[in-house]
Amino acid sequence: MKFGILVNEGPYTHQATDTAYQFAKAAIDKGHSVDRVFFYHDGVNNSSALTEPPQDDRNIVARWTKLAEEHGVDLVVCVAAALRRGIKDDNLAAGFRISGLGQLVESGIQSDRLVVFGD
Amino acid sequence: MDEDVSGTVKKFMFVNRKAPYGTIYALESLEVVLISAAFDQDVSLVFCDDGVYQLKKGQQTKAAGMKNFSPTFRALEGYDIEKLYVEKESLEARGLTEDDLLVDVTVMSSAEMADMMAEQDVVISF
Amino acid sequence: MLHIVNKSPFERNSLESCMRMAQEGSTILLTEDGVFAVTKGGVSEKALKNLMASKKISVCALWPDLEARGMADNVIDGVKMVDYGGFVDLVADSANVQSWL
Repeated sequence: MKFGILVNEGPYTHQATDTAYQFAKAAIDKGHSVDRVFFYHDGVNNSSALTEPPQDDRNIVARWTKLAEEHGVDLVVCVAAALRRGIKDDNLAAGFRISGLGQLVESGIQSDRLVVFGD
Repeated sequence: MDEDVSGTVKKFMFVNRKAPYGTIYALESLEVVLISAAFDQDVSLVFCDDGVYQLKKGQQTKAAGMKNFSPTFRALEGYDIEKLYVEKESLEARGLTEDDLLVDVTVMSSAEMADMMAEQDVVISF
Repeated sequence: MLHIVNKSPFERNSLESCMRMAQEGSTILLTEDGVFAVTKGGVSEKALKNLMASKKISVCALWPDLEARGMADNVIDGVKMVDYGGFVDLVADSANVQSWL
């Protein structure tokens, strides 16, 4: 089955992005595919290359990057939401790309299920 | 994802349960709705809980220094987005009636809304 | 249909709204702070038990979130525990899914 995922919250403040990640990983482990994760609202902050969590905590941004590298998950950051919050190509973490909201609608059309994670 | 999406028509429902201005969800939700119009999908918007406040007439945001996005709801018709549904129970719980709303909507009971929700392919909530 | 609720019932009305619209045969999955709804003696215990009995609604909770909050031993009878893999199965097995944020 093909899953699309929408993440509406930033890292660390809210658990939504952790749950989305655990869901994506479990889906892949079960042999499903996660074609795209779309980051919207404060969710765009998941893509900041400037993130530096303490060493004893999880690195949420790096975790997404690794998922993209190992499983070809398309990590898309909404351009309008990103520009509002100071995320640009200059400070975008590896594995992410900035694009339009049409990518979210497209994900809804192409995936078998679109699951929303937010606050 | 490079497959052609033209020709596929899915039922998309946008569920609005949050008030405007206190958080950005309502405004950014509307931005997705406008984009979805370009994909020729079967789009419906539902408003329940505090989401019904998004449609309240007479929003004046000048003193609060925020962007008033409520006029956009009146422009939806021009994008062929005409299915707007409001939950009766949520309106009543807030002392509002259909006359308090700035666009034409269909008011329906929770049970009717639940039936409609169950028929959707994609339910997006903010 | 799968309904996902991630809000504590003591703080928000997400579960209440979800229960108003959950139809017979659907599933409600509690995640994150939503898991406090399935703990014994809480504000949602009675309503959830009624739903399970009368509308044949299946109630599930994400056990990693219960465990993280120290509430895993305090769950209402009849609630099914799932891990993230079980979460994926619930989404795959339901025709559609709504997150009550």
